[in-house]
Amino acid sequence: MNLTLKVWRQKNADDPGQFETYDAPGIIPDMSFLEMLDVVNDQLIAAGKEPIAFDSDCREGICGTCSLVINGTPHGGQKATTACQLHMRHFSDGDTITIEPWRARPFPVLRDLVVDRGAFDRIIQAGGFVSVNTGGTPEANGLPVLKDDADLAMDAAQCIGCGACVAACKNASAMLFVSAKISHLGLLPQGKVEKDRRALKMVAQMDQEGFGNCTVTGSCEAVCPKEISINFIARMNGDYAVALLKQGA
Amino acid sequence: MKLLAGLFNSSLGKKLLMALTGAALLLFVIGHLVGNLQIFFGPEVLNAYGHFLQSNVEIIWPARLGLLLTVALHIWSAIRLTAENRAARPIPYAGNPAPAAATYASRTMMMSGLIVASFIVYHLLHFTVKTPQVNFAGEDFHKLTYQLANGTECHDVYAMMIAGFRQPLVAGFYLLAMFLLCLHLSHGVQAAFHSLGLKNKAWSPALSTFGYVVAGAIFLGYASIPLAVLTGIVR
Repeated sequence: MNLTLKVWRQKNADDPGQFETYDAPGIIPDMSFLEMLDVVNDQLIAAGKEPIAFDSDCREGICGTCSLVINGTPHGGQKATTACQLHMRHFSDGDTITIEPWRARPFPVLRDLVVDRGAFDRIIQAGGFVSVNTGGTPEANGLPVLKDDADLAMDAAQCIGCGACVAACKNASAMLFVSAKISHLGLLPQGKVEKDRRALKMVAQMDQEGFGNCTVTGSCEAVCPKEISINFIARMNGDYAVALLKQGA
Repeated sequence: MKLLAGLFNSSLGKKLLMALTGAALLLFVIGHLVGNLQIFFGPEVLNAYGHFLQSNVEIIWPARLGLLLTVALHIWSAIRLTAENRAARPIPYAGNPAPAAATYASRTMMMSGLIVASFIVYHLLHFTVKTPQVNFAGEDFHKLTYQLANGTECHDVYAMMIAGFRQPLVAGFYLLAMFLLCLHLSHGVQAAFHSLGLKNKAWSPALSTFGYVVAGAIFLGYASIPLAVLTGIVR
């Protein structure tokens, strides 16, 4: 396959950045999207040019590091697929592909397609944990967990924190991510203890980072590579309202 | 103060305000529709209802002030939330692609809301303040009076509605506004349940359907009045 790439190039956070066009000849349909970029980068290096910077780690769809908006859709629009698991067979010979970084004020571009997702780390630090004192391992069956709750918690825990929800949302809202974290901890007995405090603190940090607000468009769940449901946002809204009321006037 | 700060400053708090005020306004819209539909029972019924509202200052003024406050809060939170949403993405994507899966109604809430708000201003001038300059009928609605069966002299709401909606331009704007209200509610009703946290996997499809049914029923109910006047069914 021969492709044309329109890639966002930006030297650093202060550089305004612009699109550059590259030819990508001889692409094999079985390559992943990132392998295709590797090939293009090899050619750029051979020609003495700066390779395109992009994030990647596991390349098997579980780490949440890849962060490409491909033709306007985070991760390229294949259902439940990260960019690293997106294969070139979904494109046609002669296609022009636009590649951009996540676009959100709390995710500043560091270089080309690499964004700083430290905002997510700070939200987790604000309350996305369970405070457990060290000690002997408790008996596993000593804590009864309803199967439905365990399943729902696992659905939420699938979130890999890639930030595609923010990238897809017209408001750059991080609520799918935050709600997945709040839900997966709050649904289980170990995490229930700090449920209210967690909801208040994580939401406060999310607001401070400057993410937008949920307008229930459903774009987040449509692009989420782990198919996290937007219903978790509704659950977070309820948790937050309860926590707010419990705090007192 | 913690509660107020949480409601007015946080993202989720403002969404709660938006949902609660929206729900209150929806209840008003339903009540107002039920009141208006009495036009189909003739002038005696409608005018008696109008007289009942108008003559009970203890009911009408608290209701008006409450509605004004609710609308103000709804619009205030909309403006704040929209400003934050815009600020959260300073650099758009190339070619402004349509956001994945988002319905037209969900993407245009601010616009449909603003047009409905401007309609409300017109509607109040037209039928509540009765400014003759905006009714295009060339008559003063203040002068329309009616004598109820019990002999009480009151304002002729029935005649005013007929004179008002006989103007195609006025009826057209009314229908457009009601359509946009329907669009606004088709997303707003289900979104309010979402923002209040009253939604889960089991209820989500039913709540969406409920939102569409409520929005559609409100449009049909309100649209029936000017259409009945224009077609001469009510005269």
